[in-house]
Amino acid sequence: MTGPAAVPATAARRKGPGDELAGTGALLRLALRRDRVLIPVWAIALGGLVASGASTLEKVYPTAAQRADVARSMSGNGSLRALYGPVFGDSSGALTAWRFGGFGCVLAAVMSLLIVVRHTREEEETGRQELLSSAMVGRRAPLTSALLAAFVADAAVASIVTAGLAESTGNAAGSAALGLTIGAIGMLFAAMAAIMAQLTESARLAKGLTGAVLGAAFLLRAAGDTATRDASSVLDHLSPLGWAENVRPYAGERWWVLLLVVATALAQGAVAYVLAGRRDIGMSFVPPRPGPAEGRITTAYGLAWRLQRGGVLGWAVGFALAGLLFGRMADGAAALVGDNARTREIIQRMGGQSGLTDAFLATMVGMLGMVAALYAVSSVLRLHGEETDGRAEPVLAASVGRVRWAAGHLVIAFGGAALIMTVGGLGLAAGHGGDAGPLLGAALVQLPAIWTLSGLAVLLYGAFPRLAPGALGVVSLCLALGWIGPALNLPAAVLDVSPFGHLPKLPGVGMAWSPVLLLTALAAVLTGAGVGALRRRDVVG
Amino acid sequence: MTKAIAVAGLHKSFGRTHALDGLDLAVEAGEVHGFLGPNGSGKSTTIRVLLGLLRADSGTARLLGRDPWADAVDLHRHVAYVPGDVTLWRNLSGGEVIDLYGRLRGGRLDPARRRDLVARFELDPTKKGRTYSKGNRQKVALVAAFASDVDVLILDEPTSGLDPLMEEVFQDCVKEERDRGRTVLLSSHLLSEVESLCDRVSIIRRGRTVETGSLAELRHLTRTSVTAELASAPAGLTHLPGVHDLDVRGRHVKLQVDTDKLDAVLRSLTASGVRSLTSTPPTLEELFLRHYTGAEEVAAR
Repeated sequence: MTGPAAVPATAARRKGPGDELAGTGALLRLALRRDRVLIPVWAIALGGLVASGASTLEKVYPTAAQRADVARSMSGNGSLRALYGPVFGDSSGALTAWRFGGFGCVLAAVMSLLIVVRHTREEEETGRQELLSSAMVGRRAPLTSALLAAFVADAAVASIVTAGLAESTGNAAGSAALGLTIGAIGMLFAAMAAIMAQLTESARLAKGLTGAVLGAAFLLRAAGDTATRDASSVLDHLSPLGWAENVRPYAGERWWVLLLVVATALAQGAVAYVLAGRRDIGMSFVPPRPGPAEGRITTAYGLAWRLQRGGVLGWAVGFALAGLLFGRMADGAAALVGDNARTREIIQRMGGQSGLTDAFLATMVGMLGMVAALYAVSSVLRLHGEETDGRAEPVLAASVGRVRWAAGHLVIAFGGAALIMTVGGLGLAAGHGGDAGPLLGAALVQLPAIWTLSGLAVLLYGAFPRLAPGALGVVSLCLALGWIGPALNLPAAVLDVSPFGHLPKLPGVGMAWSPVLLLTALAAVLTGAGVGALRRRDVVG
Repeated sequence: MTKAIAVAGLHKSFGRTHALDGLDLAVEAGEVHGFLGPNGSGKSTTIRVLLGLLRADSGTARLLGRDPWADAVDLHRHVAYVPGDVTLWRNLSGGEVIDLYGRLRGGRLDPARRRDLVARFELDPTKKGRTYSKGNRQKVALVAAFASDVDVLILDEPTSGLDPLMEEVFQDCVKEERDRGRTVLLSSHLLSEVESLCDRVSIIRRGRTVETGSLAELRHLTRTSVTAELASAPAGLTHLPGVHDLDVRGRHVKLQVDTDKLDAVLRSLTASGVRSLTSTPPTLEELFLRHYTGAEEVAAR
């Protein structure tokens, strides 16, 4: 047969598994080009921080005797183990793995999940993928290129960590174990994000679900490490982050555990590949349900609530569970602490002094507060997303003032933070037992710091909309300071950057009203200035 | 007669891009006004200034006699807007969005009118935002605008993506709005649409208004094509003012003439004895192409 139906034979000959990957190289170049700032910044900041860990710790604890003392005292303290995991050795390398390893794994996971969702589901959601896929691009090429982009980033982090620490510790095997663990955990969550990107229709939800898995993995690891001194709890065995510390870099590396991480990442990647090959572009496996023919949303507030309610409720559930778990662990954590001057000093710096249980609870409340700031700031940034995606314009072209439109989302950001901290505090109280008042109060005292960071986000969004996403960077910096700062003897001026550093470490110490009131006032001023700037500027199209 | 929209000497820059360069626009109350210009000439920027979304660098913009930046919220009670590219929330149904816009404009939609429009546009209001095609997203915004009780409709290329049947429904709706005395500012590239709907048009180029007036007035400014077969070879045509592209082959003549100079040309032709004559008035396309291609020449320079 002749005529228009005839297709050049090359296309037919080349049909096979390779077809599904056609165009991967071009898409990967596109992804790396788009991420030319994002990936280097992440890799250098994250890799550099971990790589500099050994020399930082050697400055703080210059002698081997001091390091041995730190290792002994740290592994005896439940709240420190919940944050950092157990200590497996007293070399500067082992202390680096303990202090920076968990942090590095979590950040590598966040980086990887962001990269993968950005180049898969987000491309489909915006409709950009449709045009790309109409060219000679195989069905699995977008997923492959996204995973390869994440691999490039994780490989860069792993290389920087390995090279930097091998230089400063002189232990190449341990350094490689730590670097590869961080990179492999990144790829494990990259593959997890790849699955979520197939299952959900929204990029936001795909990121949220992968983040929830990461949060659950952290909670399991924290609970497991509080219960045991060597990460041998079943809870640790359920969490990829628990596996990561069981690789034990610089302390008799268990390479097979690293293989377990890699194998899991590969298995998840295979699942994502199968799903990607069976799916319609732009769609998920759940067909969209019809909605109501008539709407009941009447105000800008109603619209904001409708858009954000899923997120708020999800965070509230997460905080309730985290609170319950930490509350239950509190007494056990205190019982395992040895009587050691060094420990007491560290605990004092981290969480207050009156009673080790209170110190543990105060540390956990502080953690919840910093994580809640992530919620609040990303909720504020919904304004930015609505504006840049063009959905704000028709709303503002209706009889809705900018202040009222912004207030709809800000009420949910600021009020939602209060809600999830309340739920988290009540969860802690329920898990720990006894009077709920002090723990609820401790949780709510975090709010001024959360609101200050949210206010900063509002100001950035209002005055410098292009810089608005940078507010998340500020929150991450505060998280890093609160997480790995205290034991590094950082100067007070640096630690004071984080508003959380100024709060009283409730429960267990006396309430200090002045920082709380000052931060609340600061939050109000920042928010007011941001909304004022929003009123005066152009809407970005 | 009061002006529904009065824009004078409007300037707006984005960094080094000068989007509006002294633009003027006057729309009488109750008229359908066509707003035309090549891509990137500043139509959407003007509309966004009129909606109070952008603040003009200089010049004045008045919507219903008021300042759209200062009085945005109250003014928007009287304005419905349809953007050229409608984005919907992925988890809200079309019906929810229609009612939301109605309420955000300050009142409930007339249920009978809403029902009627949904039926005429053949829109399924139960589908979620992500599952609509471009044309159907456009219909969601159009239904919300036409069902609103407002004085001014600002439509920025509202029919991009609509099929010809829906285009006809859209034109009927605009005519109904005009019959009710509402003002419509219609930015469009569909010249047939502009020709059948608009009382007056403004053509802008590179941020300035280059023509404004009724279609008849604008036609007058352009050239008419004339083809004639004469009894003898023509004489003196070359010297007549307003004659262009003259092509004489024996007794056959083809030429373009400025429409207001047509009379002199016809006299000259009849002097040579006319055997046959066709005279084509300028089409709207020619009118626009003159301005649109002119813009490219300016840009190329």
